[in-house]
Amino acid sequence: MQIPYTTEVRPDTGLTNPKLGVWLFLASEVMLFGSLFSSYALLRTGAPSWPDQASIVSVPLATFNTIVLIASSVTMVMAWASLKGHSLPKFRLYMGLTLLCGAIFLVVKTIEYSDKFSHHLYPATNNFLGLYFTMTGLHAIHVIAGMIVNAYFLGPGTKMWTTDPERFTNRIEVAGIYWHFVDVVWIFLFPVLYLL
Amino acid sequence: MTHDVAKQVRGYLMVFGTLLVLTLVTVGVSYLDLPEFETVIVALIIATTKATLVAMFFMHLKGERPMVTWPLALTAFLFVALLGSLLVSESDHLFGARFQDSFQSIKD
Repeated sequence: MQIPYTTEVRPDTGLTNPKLGVWLFLASEVMLFGSLFSSYALLRTGAPSWPDQASIVSVPLATFNTIVLIASSVTMVMAWASLKGHSLPKFRLYMGLTLLCGAIFLVVKTIEYSDKFSHHLYPATNNFLGLYFTMTGLHAIHVIAGMIVNAYFLGPGTKMWTTDPERFTNRIEVAGIYWHFVDVVWIFLFPVLYLL
Repeated sequence: MTHDVAKQVRGYLMVFGTLLVLTLVTVGVSYLDLPEFETVIVALIIATTKATLVAMFFMHLKGERPMVTWPLALTAFLFVALLGSLLVSESDHLFGARFQDSFQSIKD
């Protein structure tokens, strides 16, 4: 069965179905991450004392990762703009760069985690580390999920460009909206877990 | 069409530059050792500005249909309600405050 309204706008919503779908999914994601941010605020404000976060985590590494993730958002939106400009090679370049940035982000995250473990800092060590590993871990899972989707579009998924270019372009836009959301989550995680 | 795309790309690069500057500013401010309240407010204002830029331009939220903006507004309201109700329910011992039992003097 063909999914309706993938390229033409559905009259009652004013949107294509995939776009409405991704935004509703992201609304549920806001509540998922929102509950964790709420837990953080509650545990921190209710605690008699809180560890000096900047002395436990690495601000330079996290700053580098923030820049990498923002850059990946730019390359993602450029990948979509390349398809709008009818250039598949440019799309491949920018989508490849997006994947590369995602991979760099995960490598740096792995370095951070192994540094914590080597200093015997685990999720059970204190409330801050429990929140740190839960929130950054859930975020990293989202990065991995986005990379799998993006890798599909860079690989086998590109076939659709020859059969239905408009639908393929919409798919990249929707995948991009998810990817940018993952960036937005990090934009809040960075100050909350590293700078405050 | 091609001209529009080129214009859009310039816009994306300007947003990219702004996001980089704001990232460096928020890191810089954290080294100023401002009082805790000011640090939190400045960090959250900068983060919200960055998130708004990403949502408006990269996620094309600017000029998006009401069918997207209304559910998002509802989500934002529910999130604030969730956070607010949790904090209020715990407000007797937040920020290190330990309120005394109001009826303590009667009980004594």
